Amino acid sequence: MIALQNVSKWYGPTQVLRECTLSVARGEVVVVCGPSGSGKSTLIKTMNGLEPIQHGEIVVDGVKVNDPKTDICALRAHIGMVFQSFELYPHMSVRNNIALAPIKVLRRSETEAYKRTEALLKRVGLEGHADKYPAQLSGGQQQRVAIARSLAMDPKAILFDEPTSALDPEMINEVLEVMTQLAGEGMTMVVVSHEMGFAKSVANRVIFMDAGEIVEDRPSGEFFSAPQTDRAQQFLAKVLHH
Amino acid sequence: MTLDFSIILEAWPAFLSGMGLTLKLLVLSLIGAIALGTGLAAMRLSPNWFVSTFASSYVNLFRTVPLIMAIFWFYFLIPLLIGRPVGALTSALVALIFFEGAFFSEIIRSGIQAVPRGQFAAGLATGLRPRMVMQSIVLPQAFRAMIPGLLTQSIIVFQATSLVYVVGLSDFMTTTVRIANGSGRIVEVYLFCAATYFVLSYGASVVARYLERRLNR
Repeated sequence: MIALQNVSKWYGPTQVLRECTLSVARGEVVVVCGPSGSGKSTLIKTMNGLEPIQHGEIVVDGVKVNDPKTDICALRAHIGMVFQSFELYPHMSVRNNIALAPIKVLRRSETEAYKRTEALLKRVGLEGHADKYPAQLSGGQQQRVAIARSLAMDPKAILFDEPTSALDPEMINEVLEVMTQLAGEGMTMVVVSHEMGFAKSVANRVIFMDAGEIVEDRPSGEFFSAPQTDRAQQFLAKVLHH
Repeated sequence: MTLDFSIILEAWPAFLSGMGLTLKLLVLSLIGAIALGTGLAAMRLSPNWFVSTFASSYVNLFRTVPLIMAIFWFYFLIPLLIGRPVGALTSALVALIFFEGAFFSEIIRSGIQAVPRGQFAAGLATGLRPRMVMQSIVLPQAFRAMIPGLLTQSIIVFQATSLVYVVGLSDFMTTTVRIANGSGRIVEVYLFCAATYFVLSYGASVVARYLERRLNR
């Protein structure tokens, strides 16, 4: 479904990704973790072409992301993304946040798009909030709307960029529950996260990054019980500490 | 000294036609300057170095010279360039548009840049094309942020139109000067002139502040 081969990226003279290679199979849930500044968010944003790369190859759903001939917008239409800071459109109601892309990109009729919106809101536990504006919702509710917005495009995979990092602790679980439910339904997911509980219980694999490098890429059970590298051990000691 | 404001009533038609020209100058130069400013703002945000440098040089040039100089400049320069006289109104309008376009472009550019970059990324991530992201997501938010700035600058343009005095156009200011000199009622006429500019500018600024408060809610 998603395959990266020797991907490297520089910001000016600074190398932020070093020869990253990984693959995600259909239906797999992969959690990417690592200290801040390790390149996790950059890595996930290369998968739908939001961050260009200078070297390597990325193939998503059989399409080469960095081939100039690729219609990147068409690819993004069926690869969802959820952002750390939600990025709902503040000037639109929840309904229009969710229905905008289905109407403009998939050319669905308003009636059809709005009907699906109601169903999606129900799925993320926000029935009856369609007419509200993002500012009227809590962080956890906003993030669930953002998940519904990406689901509205019937995505083949969803990329989550630190989906719970901007949330107050009491709202983290409501978002993780929706994500767990999605994983249970067989959604292909790549999740940049520090939520080790989620990684342990839901992820098939954990990828550990440090300084732009993929240091470990292993089944989640193995990763938590016996991390192979010192760097991963130190990281786990810090995040599992409390 | 006693004040006698009857001169205002006597000269009313002249004042009215002066204000007519002032408002005409205002509306036409606003339309032109906002259109030019939008184009310049888009150019400044362009990834193409030559395009953005051209736009920023333009803006810096016009923001660093006095408007009155620009008005003279276009008054004398355009006829030389095109080989025939164009009249004071056209040259003054062109000067106002070219000059104020630089200021409007800065307001529009900062409005677009005030929209968080993540909004652009979020739109792109759903498969929307960049143009559509700009239209449906970025510009509507940018416009809200711009309204107070656009109104404030429009008030400045309203006052700046009085500078067409130097090329002899009969706007409100020039009319005032003429009536004051002709009637000898200098104090009354200039008091009336000041009050008129004050009421209109202050009224507009109250509206601007009201809108700003409403939009910030």
